[in-house]
Amino acid sequence: MKALICIGHVPDTTSKIRFTDNDTKFDTTDIQYIIGPYEELGLTRLLDIKDAGTDLHITAINVGKEETEATLRKALAMGADEAVRVNADATDAFFVAKQIAEVFKTGGYDFIVTGKESIDYNGGQVDGMIAEILGLPSVTGATKFEIEGNGAKMEREIDGGKEVVVASFPFVTSAGKDFAKEPRIPGMRGIMAARRKTLDVKEPVAQVLKTNVSKHFLPESKPACKLVSPDNVEELVRLLHEEAKII
Amino acid sequence: MAILVYTENFDGKFKKSTYELISYGKEIAKVENSEVVAVTIGTVDAGVLNELSKYGASKIISVKNAELNDFSSQAHASAIVQAAKKVNADVVIFANNPNGKAISSRVAVKMDAGLVPAAVGIPSSLAPFTVRKKAFSGKAFADMVITSDVKVLTLTQNSFKVIEAPVTAVLEDFNAEISADMFGAKPVEVVKTTGKLSVTDAEILVSGGRGLKGPENWGMVEEMAEILGAATCCSRPVTDLDWRPHHEHVGQTGKVVAPNLYIAIGISGAVQHLAGVNGSKVMVVINTDKDAPFFESANYGIVGDAFDVVPKLNAAFKKFKAGN
Repeated sequence: MKALICIGHVPDTTSKIRFTDNDTKFDTTDIQYIIGPYEELGLTRLLDIKDAGTDLHITAINVGKEETEATLRKALAMGADEAVRVNADATDAFFVAKQIAEVFKTGGYDFIVTGKESIDYNGGQVDGMIAEILGLPSVTGATKFEIEGNGAKMEREIDGGKEVVVASFPFVTSAGKDFAKEPRIPGMRGIMAARRKTLDVKEPVAQVLKTNVSKHFLPESKPACKLVSPDNVEELVRLLHEEAKII
Repeated sequence: MAILVYTENFDGKFKKSTYELISYGKEIAKVENSEVVAVTIGTVDAGVLNELSKYGASKIISVKNAELNDFSSQAHASAIVQAAKKVNADVVIFANNPNGKAISSRVAVKMDAGLVPAAVGIPSSLAPFTVRKKAFSGKAFADMVITSDVKVLTLTQNSFKVIEAPVTAVLEDFNAEISADMFGAKPVEVVKTTGKLSVTDAEILVSGGRGLKGPENWGMVEEMAEILGAATCCSRPVTDLDWRPHHEHVGQTGKVVAPNLYIAIGISGAVQHLAGVNGSKVMVVINTDKDAPFFESANYGIVGDAFDVVPKLNAAFKKFKAGN
């Protein structure tokens, strides 16, 4: 069985967010990059399935320039078998989906796992787009994932509940919270082994960009927190009613 | 031209967020001088459908195919695109909820369109089509430009108000062309969390953290929620410790929420938690530690022991509610 897992290269969650070039670009100065938390859960779950004895070959894929290779190497260190980097800036979801769909077509993969959303632009579009480009079924935001027969059984959150979904290979799913319990931390052996694993670089196929960012903004700074004495909680009720007009 | 809004129904009913979508579509339609068309899938009574006209939907397409009672993002996307083409839609709008997210990305591909998910306001310009969205988990905003002819958006819940703009609507039944091969991912079981207001629908959330020391102390949190007509939720450590069910977890890896009021009790305000709640209009924090990071982000705060403050606050809320 062969799985393709998309690895997002995103700023660490605690990063200070700044912009440059007239606020059109994210300022990468002093930014630590990590594997997107949802992709990390996705890869962890696949590794758990593999460790439990299922014959599963895992390819990590990323659309990005050379600086994203460290993040792909981390996926290899966690235990992915090989990696593919499509050599292009990942600025538009449609473009990224097209590249991944293209790699899928030639690799003989059984399924694709993405993260539920990236933590930079919080898009969450790529899984559905890949599936539509390839004409495959998809399960967005899966919270459980089990290989079952010639496919998988998954759970996903829906508005006001959850849904159990089954899909036969090939399919696409995006990993949400609880896809795996705790992300796997690469050990020293994994880090050493990752150096010898294949990281293939492919050139992108043409795709017209459909979106771009014209400007970034930081949220307006909130006025300082108004403190109310614990001995005068009625004052808080009054503020919420008269000032915030929220109750 | 038309603005097509996918109005998902929940057991034959719409939610406030559905009307937010129509109102949002109506604002764009006014600028573009076009109309709002709603498309719904499944059985909804004509009276309920007509509610959509109150907010400006002048045409309501009701897709009747029985096979669409099972959710399939593939099949639902196909039906919506058929409706979009029928009315020559140039903007297609979805809720930024689980099904809206799953369908919208497919609709974008089918219509060769750019998609902006989680928009937070009406487009600042239609040419170029520019709309704001949250980015970096609420730590920033980005103005996104869609350059394709058709534009697809998902709207963040509670980011646009419901505005009444009554019109007379045409109701139209529609049978989409759906094939069996669009059901490759098949729901085999649907489990509904019944009876309780859901965390994403609630306008007020009362949230508890590890500072509450144990699940046995949630009575006062539930009491506050009851008084305020709120839903209860919690921080990540609380669900990790199994004090509360997982569907109550809000934060970066849990549910991202944007209520009118968020009351955090015994939550320090780690960056990952704030990423999930910083869209709230007003935040109140109650914490013993005056240096807890939550005080930086909150609008109102009480430095004090939850076990002392919350019962007193509940009494004060109760008194307020009785007087109003």
